[in-house]
Amino acid sequence: MTAPDWDQQMRSRLARGEESALGELYDQLSPLVHGLAGRILGDEQAAAQLTREVFGHLWEHPEEFDPGERSLRSWVGELTHRRAVERLRRADLRSEEIDQRAAAAQAQYVVAALPPALRETLETTWYDGRTYQETARQLGISEQAARQRLRLGLQLLANELEFGS
Amino acid sequence: MTEQEHEALRGLLGAWALRACLPDEAAEVERHLLGCAECAEEGERLRRAAGRLSLDDPLDQPDGLRQQVLDFCLNRRAAQHPLAGWAAPFAAETAKLDALLRDLGPAEWQELAELPWRGGSLRMRPAEVLCHLAALDGLVGTALGLPDPGGSAWPRVPAQASGPAPWGGLLDRGERLAAEHAAHSPQEVRQFWRAQSQALLRGAVPEAGDLPVDYGFTALPVRDAFIDRAFETWMHGEDVARAVAYPYAQPAPGHLRQMVDLAARQLPGALVGRRQAAYAGPGPAPGSAPAPPAWQPEGAPGPGRTVRLVIEGPAAGQWLIPLDGRSTAPEQPPVEPVAELVMDGVEFCQLAAAHRDPEHLPVGEYGDRAAIREVLAAVPLLSRP
Repeated sequence: MTAPDWDQQMRSRLARGEESALGELYDQLSPLVHGLAGRILGDEQAAAQLTREVFGHLWEHPEEFDPGERSLRSWVGELTHRRAVERLRRADLRSEEIDQRAAAAQAQYVVAALPPALRETLETTWYDGRTYQETARQLGISEQAARQRLRLGLQLLANELEFGS
Repeated sequence: MTEQEHEALRGLLGAWALRACLPDEAAEVERHLLGCAECAEEGERLRRAAGRLSLDDPLDQPDGLRQQVLDFCLNRRAAQHPLAGWAAPFAAETAKLDALLRDLGPAEWQELAELPWRGGSLRMRPAEVLCHLAALDGLVGTALGLPDPGGSAWPRVPAQASGPAPWGGLLDRGERLAAEHAAHSPQEVRQFWRAQSQALLRGAVPEAGDLPVDYGFTALPVRDAFIDRAFETWMHGEDVARAVAYPYAQPAPGHLRQMVDLAARQLPGALVGRRQAAYAGPGPAPGSAPAPPAWQPEGAPGPGRTVRLVIEGPAAGQWLIPLDGRSTAPEQPPVEPVAELVMDGVEFCQLAAAHRDPEHLPVGEYGDRAAIREVLAAVPLLSRP
């Protein structure tokens, strides 16, 4: 199943109130949500709380996500990012501190929102410390494709970080 | 420098910025950057972007977060199509194993896991463990109307498997599947296993609970088969985690209790099978849960004896285990158990998977010691390869 198909189906299964869809959603996206929440909030309890809140919101309002507009990953990533920053504001954190934490998490969130093939190649290479040749083998793609995806992925990341929010 | 060389080196800039080139390639790129302003500019920009990628590990998810989040969601909005209660352990255990697999590096996918059972121990790489699991999960899928993972070309499991290894057919399925996936990357195998377990969960509606699942040497209703598969997924997940030295959480208390309950219900069959085997002399071992025979072996103690199994810890509960088959008819008044066996739920499950030695388990014993020994010796007979 392609990623847009998965998003589309997930949205209608959530709307239909399928509990199995909620579990799949959690398994697919909780590393992103919990990881982002933890990075911005820097606190385990607060991260768990925000994770509950984000999935609760999506489960209650699946219609707010528009698959025609963007990917579910990117939508959920932004929702998490926004709510985490709101939480820091409510906690009366100094604004420089908030900006610093939000910026530190921004790259991760931008990567999470990249098209799946680019994200997978970038994450496999960077987080696991592989050469692009090893990544190519691991993902079963050509070395040429791995080089291209890494370059394109970083270009998109650079664009977002320079001109994005 | 030709235009072609310039293009080739420019194509390497992403990998170079991530320090993911071979040393020779990196040196070549850097020589090129000295003389090519266009590439130097892009290289610097990509390096800056790469520098924003964080390397610190995100927080580990605390154990039980998944269940907490799902409960929180379902409290806010009830599911119109709830998952059957008997499918919850399988959902949780497959998710837990998947989370472990997500963290495995290439070297860890090559580690050999030990999968003990009462007849020995299998040694498999994690991807082969997944095929082993998927092959049997597929039997449950067949009962739910899903395609067999091996396709229609696969022989059905013989309904009347006999001989020394009634599991032979099941082991074969796992091996065939592993052979079919031998050329695939571990991540592809993981996705294949995961897609099937998710398809199973989509089919886990309460009405499906009574459908029969044919294991070849025995049949279980779907409601029990899901718990059996959750149990195997937990045990083999733990086998993989041990091989790569990762921690692995225990099942949630409610799920553990369902697994203990299934094993406790299968125990009378194992006890009878063990006695039959003893009467028949050395020979084939009993299957996992053969139907108790209608007859009583000559000279066997009278019918109606039971042992009370008391499980302590998070899955606390009590079960009455008939020692001589299900000879206590429901209309008969309950008989006082001849003995009581007290043990921890996780250890009981590990014993049922032959992951523990019955001689070296801390148990509380009250009453007829011989009866307790009999039960302890029968529990590992529930294990399969």
